[in-house]
Amino acid sequence: MDSTNRIIYLDHAATTPVYAEVLSAMLPYFCNRYGNPSSNYGPGQQAKQAVEHARAQAATALGCTPAEVFFTSCGSESDNWAIKGTAHRLAAEGKRHLITTAIEHHAVLHSMAALEKEGFDVTYLPVDRTGLVTAQQVQNALRPDTALVTIMYANNEIGTIQPIAEIGAVCQNAGVLFHTDAVQAVGAVPIDVCAQNIDALSLSAHKFNGPKGVGALYLKKGTPLPSLIDGGAQESGRRAGTENVAGIVGLGAAIELATAQLAEKAKKLTALRDDVIHTLTTALPNVALNGHPTLRLPNNVNLSFEGIEGEGMLMLLDMRGICASTGSACASGSLDPSHVLLATGLPHEIAHGSLRLSFGAESTVQEAQAACEALLDIVPRLRAMSPVWGDIITGKKPSLLR
Amino acid sequence: MQYSAKVMDHFSNPRNVGELADANGVGEVGNPTCGDIMKMYLKIENGIVEEVRFKTFGCGAAIATSSIATEMIKGKPIDVALQLSNKAVFEALDGLPPVKLHCSVLAEQAVKAAISDYYRRQGVDPLPIVGTLADPHECAGGCCTG
Repeated sequence: MDSTNRIIYLDHAATTPVYAEVLSAMLPYFCNRYGNPSSNYGPGQQAKQAVEHARAQAATALGCTPAEVFFTSCGSESDNWAIKGTAHRLAAEGKRHLITTAIEHHAVLHSMAALEKEGFDVTYLPVDRTGLVTAQQVQNALRPDTALVTIMYANNEIGTIQPIAEIGAVCQNAGVLFHTDAVQAVGAVPIDVCAQNIDALSLSAHKFNGPKGVGALYLKKGTPLPSLIDGGAQESGRRAGTENVAGIVGLGAAIELATAQLAEKAKKLTALRDDVIHTLTTALPNVALNGHPTLRLPNNVNLSFEGIEGEGMLMLLDMRGICASTGSACASGSLDPSHVLLATGLPHEIAHGSLRLSFGAESTVQEAQAACEALLDIVPRLRAMSPVWGDIITGKKPSLLR
Repeated sequence: MQYSAKVMDHFSNPRNVGELADANGVGEVGNPTCGDIMKMYLKIENGIVEEVRFKTFGCGAAIATSSIATEMIKGKPIDVALQLSNKAVFEALDGLPPVKLHCSVLAEQAVKAAISDYYRRQGVDPLPIVGTLADPHECAGGCCTG
């Protein structure tokens, strides 16, 4: 990072740095190969080839064919397109019921809220204490008028990975379209849309060392989906707008790299993750892990520190050059803490004291240790100032951790 | 979060953190649901706030507003301490982000709650002196600056 060499960046779930190789792949498409892929002459076709090459790279990574990959501006657009498009299409057939979970990203939840205002009926499946939903829950929620099931592959806050293949199978048997927001999962866990019974999938380049401003939607061949963005005939007439050629090239390069390094990365990150979880849950009292312990993104640590508030932790970490994130309301600007943490049954005050550390492939053991050392100082310091912690250690109030 | 240097100072080096074993006015405001709780301990003698301590569960702004509030009332007569407004706290900190204004209101209320408790302990009804405390999170521009 530019601000200082001594930044320890542990917020890869928020965004990731673009890899040098990815940037190199992108650069020619700004000043040299700047043609519009829709133009019939040389430079245009050159740009078009680059877009199609990236499409093939994405298809390989997902286990589908290039014709099933559509580029968008971001994961949120892909989510909006898949969900609203499907809902509107099937409403015409009398299907106005949608199924999702309580812990989806806001791009999904707010799309659902918008559809509810239009009269759609949405079932938000509750999650268990580790953030899991089950295929059985989906089965039980399905109705003859269900148009769509959308369940995120892996949760961005607590890292929990859902039983996607089983859920997909249930949907397939019922003939209901299954979409998954895989923004956090692509590049982190192996994806195979056919084996995992996925009909539609959203992804976003900046989560796997690609550039911001470009994403994709996988849509199973033969699935109708009205356009979200009308206009020119780009993306086989399904998503208008001159292609973000450089961004798309970056997405392709990044997804190829991410998939090639996936197993090795996952192994290293899982070890780092589990080490940090172990250190912080044993060296400090009243610390709890959020999310599933093993069905979990390799790079995700999310802990609640009882008695203190998250923004304070982030500020003290920031003063030591450590970048992390929290589920506390104070840091989000709303009055409610993370809807994900609340959905797992955490009391408000525990949710306010949560911290997310998300590592990257280049994160080192030293950086993880520095973060732990910082927290071993920061947490007691904030606890010493806290009336809530004071009440817990004097026994005036019980601990709310389960 | 864009905090002023003063807020950062009071967050990093909070003044008067702790409890007072011999406090004669203790007030706790806020609630865990919104993530801010401030507890203020006062030792009032001869009508002067001789000693003050605070404990806060909350964000950087919450810690800073409670810290500076203790500085602003320490050594002051009760009626001066009672006049501590969220506006004064806000100004003393060189401002707060709009979304953090309720923290300054909470600090004002923590002081008032502690003084109310002092009066109650003296057998005096605090209501006519201190007034009622509005919910800082419902203060939609009414008492807050902006």
